[in-house]
Amino acid sequence: MARVLLFGPLRDVAGWRERSFDPPPASLSALRALLSAEDPRLGEALTGKGVQIAVDQALVRGDVPIGPGAEVAFLPPMSGG
Amino acid sequence: MSVRLQAEAFDPGALLGEFSAGHAKVGGIVSFTGLVRADQGEGTVLELEAYPGFTEGEIARMAEAAKARWSLADYLVVHRVGQITPGEAVVFVATAAAHRREAFEAADHLMDYLKSRAPFWKKEHGPGGAKWIEPTDRDLSDAARWE
Repeated sequence: MARVLLFGPLRDVAGWRERSFDPPPASLSALRALLSAEDPRLGEALTGKGVQIAVDQALVRGDVPIGPGAEVAFLPPMSGG
Repeated sequence: MSVRLQAEAFDPGALLGEFSAGHAKVGGIVSFTGLVRADQGEGTVLELEAYPGFTEGEIARMAEAAKARWSLADYLVVHRVGQITPGEAVVFVATAAAHRREAFEAADHLMDYLKSRAPFWKKEHGPGGAKWIEPTDRDLSDAARWE
């Protein structure tokens, strides 16, 4: 199982904040493809300018595998407090 | 050395008292308290979202860098999350150093970081509806002073 978290404006686009995927998609690109197929607007928002991705709370770049128990977070541009 | 996020309101005076108590040997302690401004008039509420764990980690990474750069003896960052009304304190930063200049600069730097790039997402709920807020040009130019 993998948990997917959305923050800021992304959760308004998707209409959800957290979901579990069991079995988890094999990679970040597979996860994006899955979410995009379900909800093209969300798919587009996830690849928007400045959206960063954290896997297990560490920022990642490019495509990475998603292991069982992973936590994947999509982080739109941060606004500061 | 501590970074805390909390939904509950805090008392800046109590935080400063607590922070100062352990520092008999430093030369200076600087504190800053940020309040929510009522820019949009009455009835505006700020909602701050953080990524628990990640947000504290990123702030701590920045605070540790400030500690090294300005030789801080200690720091404390307390930041509210959730819904905050105008006039309430949203952030508290305190720094302790051997000399005042270092304490002032480190606190100034940490606040510029917190206001512009820290992992928060900010939504303003007003009479006209809700909207997500980006850092202001001033927040960004203040932060750029340190680069």
